[in-house]
Amino acid sequence: MNFPILSSLILLPAIGALFILFGRSSSNYNGAKYISLFISLANFVLSIYLWFLFDSTNSSFQFVEEKIWLQGFINYKVGIDGISILFIVLTTFITPLCIISVNSTIKNKLKHFLVTILFMETMMIGVFCSLDLVIFYLFFEAGLIPMFLIIGIWGGERRVYSAFKFFLYTLLGSVLMLVAIISIYWITGTTDVIELYQLGIDAKYQNLLWLAFFSSFAVKTPMWPVHTWLPDAHVEAPTAGSVLLAAILLKMAGYGFIRFSIGLFPIASEHFVPLIFTLSLIAIIYTSFVALMQEDMKKLIAYSSVAHMGFVTMGIFTMTPQGIEGSIFQMISHGIISAALFLCVGVVYERMHTREINKYGGIVSVMPRYAVVFMIFTLGALGLPGTTGFIGEFLILLGTFKVNFTVATIASLGVILGAAYMLWLYRRIVFGEITNTEVKKLVDLNKSEMIILTALAFVSIMFGFYPDPLLSTTSASVEGLIELFNTNIKIYTASNL
Amino acid sequence: MMNLDLIFPEIYLALSIMFLLMIGVFKKDSENLVYNLSIITLIVLLALVINLFSINETFVFNESYKIDTLSSFMKALTIVSAIFVMISSFIYLKTLKILKVEYSILILSSILGMMVMISSNDLIVFYLGLELQSLALYVLASFDRDNILSSESGLKYFVLSALSSGLLLYGCSLVYGFSNSTNFTYIANSSLNMEYGIIFGLVFIIVGLAFKISAVPFHMWAPDVYEGSPTAVTLFFAALPKVAALTVFIRFLYTPFVNLIDQWQTILVFISIASMLFGAIAAIGQINLKRLIAYSSIGHMGYALAGLASGTNQGIQSSVTYITIYLIMTLAFFSCLFMLRKKNVFYEKIEDLSGLSNNHPILSIALLIILFSLAGIPPLAGFFAKFYIFMAVIEQSMYFLAIVGLLSTVVAAFYYLRLIKIIYFDKPQEKFEIDHNFGLKITLAITTGILALYFIYPGILSEIVSKIIII
Repeated sequence: MNFPILSSLILLPAIGALFILFGRSSSNYNGAKYISLFISLANFVLSIYLWFLFDSTNSSFQFVEEKIWLQGFINYKVGIDGISILFIVLTTFITPLCIISVNSTIKNKLKHFLVTILFMETMMIGVFCSLDLVIFYLFFEAGLIPMFLIIGIWGGERRVYSAFKFFLYTLLGSVLMLVAIISIYWITGTTDVIELYQLGIDAKYQNLLWLAFFSSFAVKTPMWPVHTWLPDAHVEAPTAGSVLLAAILLKMAGYGFIRFSIGLFPIASEHFVPLIFTLSLIAIIYTSFVALMQEDMKKLIAYSSVAHMGFVTMGIFTMTPQGIEGSIFQMISHGIISAALFLCVGVVYERMHTREINKYGGIVSVMPRYAVVFMIFTLGALGLPGTTGFIGEFLILLGTFKVNFTVATIASLGVILGAAYMLWLYRRIVFGEITNTEVKKLVDLNKSEMIILTALAFVSIMFGFYPDPLLSTTSASVEGLIELFNTNIKIYTASNL
Repeated sequence: MMNLDLIFPEIYLALSIMFLLMIGVFKKDSENLVYNLSIITLIVLLALVINLFSINETFVFNESYKIDTLSSFMKALTIVSAIFVMISSFIYLKTLKILKVEYSILILSSILGMMVMISSNDLIVFYLGLELQSLALYVLASFDRDNILSSESGLKYFVLSALSSGLLLYGCSLVYGFSNSTNFTYIANSSLNMEYGIIFGLVFIIVGLAFKISAVPFHMWAPDVYEGSPTAVTLFFAALPKVAALTVFIRFLYTPFVNLIDQWQTILVFISIASMLFGAIAAIGQINLKRLIAYSSIGHMGYALAGLASGTNQGIQSSVTYITIYLIMTLAFFSCLFMLRKKNVFYEKIEDLSGLSNNHPILSIALLIILFSLAGIPPLAGFFAKFYIFMAVIEQSMYFLAIVGLLSTVVAAFYYLRLIKIIYFDKPQEKFEIDHNFGLKITLAITTGILALYFIYPGILSEIVSKIIII
C-alpha cells in the first residue's frame, strides 16, 4: 500500500481551503461553495474507499505512514484501526452536509466560512488518524482556532462571550495534557502510540498522567461539572458550527478516552472507574433534568448532548466489549442524530429568527414534511428501537449491567428522562394549536434541506435496523484493546502479590 | 600572531560605520544613501558571520574574545533581524521625518556593541560592548525629539539603564575582587570555592542582565519606553537587545558561574515564573498596542529564561530556539503596525484595529496567524517555541515551572484573543492606506510565512540549534 491515503485525507481539505482563500475562481460566492462541496465530497468518497479497503478482522493498526519530522524526537505517524475508521467516515460524511446547509444560514463572508470549515475537517481527521501523542495534540489544539472563529464571527448575539469561554476552557484543559505528553516522552523515550502500547508505562506514574489527560478530555466531552461551555457555544454558534461541534468535536474526547486513557494507562483507568461512573451518572440524570427546564431549543439539545456523552463515558469505562463497542456506536449515532436535530432547529430558526420553544406550536399543519423528519430524529435521540440511538444505549447498558448493577439501573432512568424532554420538545413545537401568527407563514423544507435531512435519516434508520457493518468494523480492534487492558491488569496484580 | 580573521566581521563593521559617518558629514542630504548603504553593509556582514559558522570554539585576544557556534548563530540572528527592521521601517521614518544620517549610524554602532557582547569572554570586553550598545539605544529612544513622549522615554531608559549598568559593574568588581581575574574561564575555576563575594557578584550581575532583558521584577522601564519611542525604534528594542542580553545570560551562567548552578537556578526560576505571570496578567488591561507588546515581551522573556533555568544543553538550545521564533513574531507584528497608516499618521491604539478584517482581509489573516502564534497555539511556530522549552524543563522534573508556565499561556491567550475579537468580530472603521513599500510587504510575507508553515519541517531550526553545545 504505497499511496498515502490517510495523509491525503488529512491534507485534501486544507489544500482546498488554501485554494479557495487565494484562488481567483472563488471570488464569487457560488465558486467557493462548489469547490468546497466538491472537495469535501471527494474526501467522503476517499474515506468510503478506505473503509472498503480496511481489513476489519485485523486488530492492529493499518495504513500506517511514518515520516521523520522532528529529528530524533518525534515522527509524523498516522494509521487507523477499527476504532478510528468510523470517526473518519463520520467526519467526512458530516462536513459536506454542513457545507450544503450554509446556503441559507450564512449571509456574510461565506468564502471565509467555507475555508474555516475545511480547515476544521483537516484537524478533525488528523485527530482520529494520529498515532503519535504530539501529533495528536497538535491536531487536537489546532481545531480550536477554526471553531473559535466560527462561533465568534458568524455566531449570535453573545458570540464573543461564548467563543472566549469555549477557547479558554478547552485550552486550560489541554495544557495539562501537554505536560503529561512531554513527561511520557521523558519516562519512556517515545511518544509513538504503538510503541507505548507494547512498552507500557510504569504504574507509579499512571495516576497523575491519567488525570492530566482526563482534564483535557473531560472538558472536551464535556463531563459534568465542566460542561458549561457547551450550551453557550451551541446556542451562539451558527447552525453549521453547532453541527460540527456536536457531531464531531465532542467525539474527539470519547475517542481519546478509548485510545489513550484505556490504552496507555490501564491501571489508572481501572483505579478511576468509580470517578467516571459518578460523573457520568450525574451528567445523565442532572443534565436531563436541566434539559427539561430549557426554553431555548438549542440549549435543550445541547444539554441532551451532555447526557448522551455521559452514557458514552460510562460505557467506555466498563471495559467490556459491549460497553466500548456500544460507546463507539453511540458516538456515531449521536453524531448523526444531534447533527440532524441542530439542522432541524436551524431550519425553523432561519424562518422565524427565534429559538424560544414557546413561540412555536402547531408547525405540523404548515410544515408536514418537517414534522416527519423531526419526528424521526426525536425518536432517534430518545433511543427508539429501529434507530441507531437504541443500539448504542442498549449495548452500553448491557455492558454496564455486567459490571455494576446499581449504576446501570440509575442510568436506565436517564433513558426515561431522555424520552421525556425530547417528546415534550416535539410536542411543544410541532403539535398543539397555532398561537403565534407568524407560524402560519412558515414554508416547508426546501430542496437542499430535504437532501441533508433525508440523508441523515436514511443513515440513522439503516444502521438502526442493520448495525452489523459498524459493529463488525470495530469489534476486532475493541477486543484487541480489552485484551491489552486485561493483560496489563494481570501483570500488575501479579507483581503486587 | 592573533587570528584577526576571526574578528574580521567586527573590524569590517567598525570601519564601515566610520566610512558611512564620513559620507554623512561631507555629503549633503545623504540620509537615504547612508540608510541604503547600511543595509548593504549589514548584508555583507551577514555573509562574513556565516562564513565563521564552521569554526569550533576558539579564543582570541588573550582568551577575552570567544568565537563559537552560539556566538555565530546569535550574531547572524541579530544581523538578519536588523536587516528586516531597517527594510520594514523605512516609510515610517520618512513619514515621521526622523530619518537622519545619525539614525543609521546609531543602529550600526549598537549592532557592533551587541556583537562584542555576544562574543565576550571577559568582564571588561563584555562591559565595553554593553555600553556601546546602550549609549546608541539611549539616543535612539529619544530620536523623535520634538515628541515629548519620545524624549521622556529616552530619559527614562537612560536613567534606569545607567542604574542597572551600575549594579552590573558593582557585581563585576566583586567577582573580580574575589577571583583575581576578569576572564570568564578563570572565574569558573575560582568559583569552585563558593566564596560569598562571588555569589553576591553573581546576584548583582543577574539583576543587571534581567534589567536589560526586561524580566520581572526589573521590567518597569519597558512599557513606557516601548510606548514613547518611535515605533521603528520600539521594534529595534523589542528584538535585538534581547538576543544579545540572552546570549550574555547564557555566557555568564554557563561559563564563569557554572559551578554555582544551585545558587542561580532558584533565582532564575523565580524571575521566569514572575515574568510569565506578570506579562500575562498585566497585558490584559492595555489599550495601546505597543504597551501591550511590551508586556507580552516580558512574558516571552520569562519562557526564554525558563529554558536557561533547566541547566542543560537542551535548555540552552530551547531558549535559543525560543528567542529566534520570538524575533520572527515580533518582526511580523510590528510590520503589521507599520501598515496601520492613514493620512501620514500611524495608529497604535487597540481600538484602531476594530473590524480590520472587513477592509483588509489579507492583513487580518496575517495578524490572526501572528497572534495565535504569540499565544502559542499549535500548529503555529509559537507553539514549537514553547514546546521545546517545556521539553527541557520537564526533563529536569521542574513540574511547577512547567505547569505555571502553561497556565500563564492560557491567561495570555485571553488578551491575544481579545485582539482577534476586535479585528474580526467588531464593527469596521475607515480604511487604512494600502500603498506600502516593497520592503515592508516582503518582511510581513516572509515572517508570517515562517510562522504559518514552520510545522511542516521544524527540523530546519532545531538542527542548526542542536550544534550549540555549551556544557
